Amino acid sequence: MAEATAPKPSSSVKLVLLGEAASSLVLRFVNNDFQENKEPTIGAAFLTQKCNLPTRTIKFEIWDTAGQERFASLAPMYYRNAQSALVVYDLTKPTSLIKAKHWVAELQRQASPGIVIALVGNKLDLTNETSGSSNAIGEDGDEAAEPEDDGDARKVSTAEAKTYAEEEGLLFFETSAKNGTNVTEVFTAIANAIPETSLKGARGPGATQSNANRAEDQSRVNLTGPRDNASKEGCAC
Amino acid sequence: MRDSPDPRSSCSDARAGATTDTTAAKAAGKNGIGTMTVASENDALKRREHPKPDTSDAATTPDTMHSEGDGDERENRPPLPPRPSLLNASDRPNTPLSPTKKPALQSKPTTAISSVDIQTLAFPDGTRGTFSTPASRSVSESVSLSGLSVGQSTPSRKVSYNGNGEFDDTTSLMSYAPTLRANGDLASLLDEGLSSQSPAWKLLSSQADTVNPFESIDPQDSPLLNFSHEFDEIEAVDSKGGNEGKLFTCPAGKPIWSRHGDQNLINGYIGIIQTIISFYQEAKDPLMGFTAGGTKFVISTEGPLYFVAISKLGESDVQLRSQLEALYMQILSTLTLPTLKQLFTNRPNTDLRRPLEGTETLLSSLADTFTKGSPSALLSALECLKIRKSQRHVINNTLLRARTDKLLYGLIVAGGRLVSVIRPKRHSLHPSDLSLIFNMLFEAGSVKAGGGENWIPLCLPGFNNKGYLYMYVSFVSAHEDGEAPSERPHTAGSGRNDEIAVLLISADKESFYELKKMREEVVGQLEKNGSMNIIKSAVRQGRPSTSDIVPGTIIRHFLYKSRPNVQFTMPSFSPHFDNLLSRRRLLSLYHNLHASTHAKHSHVKVLHCVGRDSISLAWTTPFFEFYCVAGPNASRSALAQGANKVIQWVKREEERVFIIGGAVF
Ligand SMILES: Nc1nc2c(ncn2[C@@H]2O[C@H](COP(=O)(O)OP(=O)(O)OP(=O)(O)O)[C@@H](O)[C@H]2O)c(=O)[nH]1
Ligand SMILES: [Mg+2]
Repeated sequence: MAEATAPKPSSSVKLVLLGEAASSLVLRFVNNDFQENKEPTIGAAFLTQKCNLPTRTIKFEIWDTAGQERFASLAPMYYRNAQSALVVYDLTKPTSLIKAKHWVAELQRQASPGIVIALVGNKLDLTNETSGSSNAIGEDGDEAAEPEDDGDARKVSTAEAKTYAEEEGLLFFETSAKNGTNVTEVFTAIANAIPETSLKGARGPGATQSNANRAEDQSRVNLTGPRDNASKEGCAC
Repeated sequence: MRDSPDPRSSCSDARAGATTDTTAAKAAGKNGIGTMTVASENDALKRREHPKPDTSDAATTPDTMHSEGDGDERENRPPLPPRPSLLNASDRPNTPLSPTKKPALQSKPTTAISSVDIQTLAFPDGTRGTFSTPASRSVSESVSLSGLSVGQSTPSRKVSYNGNGEFDDTTSLMSYAPTLRANGDLASLLDEGLSSQSPAWKLLSSQADTVNPFESIDPQDSPLLNFSHEFDEIEAVDSKGGNEGKLFTCPAGKPIWSRHGDQNLINGYIGIIQTIISFYQEAKDPLMGFTAGGTKFVISTEGPLYFVAISKLGESDVQLRSQLEALYMQILSTLTLPTLKQLFTNRPNTDLRRPLEGTETLLSSLADTFTKGSPSALLSALECLKIRKSQRHVINNTLLRARTDKLLYGLIVAGGRLVSVIRPKRHSLHPSDLSLIFNMLFEAGSVKAGGGENWIPLCLPGFNNKGYLYMYVSFVSAHEDGEAPSERPHTAGSGRNDEIAVLLISADKESFYELKKMREEVVGQLEKNGSMNIIKSAVRQGRPSTSDIVPGTIIRHFLYKSRPNVQFTMPSFSPHFDNLLSRRRLLSLYHNLHASTHAKHSHVKVLHCVGRDSISLAWTTPFFEFYCVAGPNASRSALAQGANKVIQWVKREEERVFIIGGAVF
């Protein structure tokens, strides 16, 4: 994983992952890996990954939560202090977006008011759409849904999800954890969307990164840094 | 070699010699086979006569069922309770006891031909397991001992008892040598002079002194033939491939989970099994198990759940039952007892599959562990990583010093072996709880594969089945040379053997960051004081082989359980038991030795067992249980000498191979 070439202000951002096909997305982001038959998450996993923006380094502290019902009651514990949330649905499953909408509603009700929420339709590789390129549609994106070919596994249309995302003010992407499409873009967009004011340095001992990088305390965030010019910058991973 | 009568005569002689002071010896001698003790046999016979359903039901139930299946179809159909044999009634007095009560010794002179009799009814007091004709037991017990099968597909299979009989008879060759001199010197107990082998046998032996256990097996004969396919995803309860299945279900008859077997087949089974179960339940005499042909069915009822184990692998009832128990514990661990009860009180029709979603892999890996054979499960004990006492002391203290208020248990586990535990004075850790955790972490791979750190709510039924604890887990790879890697790199195939896990358990679900901090502290310190490297190299080194322990010994493998510490130690499975099949055979042998020495009314303390493919020894005292195995041609005294040496080694290394006392706070 790339290190910042020059010392840059770095800040941690807490991110919670909810929904289906979520672990694979974070596994791609953190380890650049994919498992065809990933076993269900038990409880929750805590992972970290850095994301280099031009002016700063964002260190994601990611809670990947289990999707099973019986763990649902634990979710508040993980999103309570989160600055961002990634709600993932499986775009090959019609019910999946409905569940994602429930999560979004719960986050809007219960999580901290400024939380940045991204809605992500995962498993894009199972559709017949050829674009490895840009299904990314940020908040201000206006791409039309691509026509669906017959025989592809897509069950949730881009238009439907995108419309919903716009209504609710969510970032929206379609990704493939399998081939990596749009994965870093999602995280970069989130990093860019975090309001300056909620960016702090290390958030107390509880939030310190586990190993390598105990230096956060010295690198307080430059609160005056620009933040919106970085949308083309990929995460350093 | 297979047909040689000599090993048998030698073992009979030996046994008689070792048991001159028991009537068992005479009884056994008469039959040409060994028995454990007369007392237990008589007891069991009495018990068997006592409950009414025995004779009457054995005769009647099959009538109600034999339309469902026939012995001849066992090959292709789920083995069903077969017709009663007319021979049964007359056989019964001579029927050897339940395999759980005493060792299987077939080739009784009275053996019936039928291989498909049910004589196996057991009763809720739990004292009686399955009992059956020698024919079926020869499948269920001795087969596993020898690894030789009588074949499920030969309904006309005979047990011959004229001495030189067919292979299935020969396979049962063994001697259980009871003795009252439990703590005597093994070497003298099992003196070479006792085993007067025929010249022919000796000649043969001298040519092949170094034959290893199970080497002579014709794999074609084995019920374990398809063993390696047992873990394929292909589901096949009824085909030849399926040797073992576990399933459980609720009273409404909904199958909740099963290992092996496609759902349709399972549904068929469940219908039948439920009919059988309820038949007995109406009679206020719940069915515990039965044997049909070579297939053993063991049923256990836990609250609203039925658990059924179906196995051809020759485990005893007790063992199958404990496997079912472990599956139940896994369910409790997921749901807690109150939740489970509540689910069924509120809606008796509850489909448990939903609340259990995602734990299928845990259940399957648990079941597979049993199928593969697990010394830890067999002995209900834990294995520790062998390090020096002073080194362990340093690790314990590191954990203790870094301990935070919210911590309940702190553990370091390496390659499935315990390195260090700290715990509150008033709470001990239940081995069955730990085995659930080990299964989750090292076998199922759900946690490990994710990387990162994990926060897992789980119920530890042995600790408290009513509520959840929260477990912090992070892995450190033993093969990483850098320091304190917190994200373990994902390697798909990496087994359990190179993983070091730090487990910190708390009752407070909010304590993740506190425990995470403690982990950082602990790992940092362990690295600083060199302990991490010690752990890593101990893990990399693996278990010593038997010849590392006792140079030149003929012992090929052993298990030593320290009873006071509830821990065991063993050498590595390689080089002699590297593959799954030979490992399973070895474990089956241990299972039998264990069952024999743990039978309820058995007073057996030393058991020497001669088989065509191995000789083995079990020795129990209040302080330890010891089991070992050597090749078939090894001499009795060499085995005993080796055993003594191993035990001396364990004594010497006791504070290294076991965690004694442990660290409490
Ligand atoms: N083809 C394809 N399969 C995917 C993709 N992402 C995930 N999967 C598969 O979908 C299944 C579920 O993915 P997970 O990432 O484990 O889903 P999850 O949300 O973490 O599941 P829980 O932990 O049980 O909540 C796995 O078998 C993945 O291999 C993708 O982008 N393409
Ligand atoms: Mg997951």
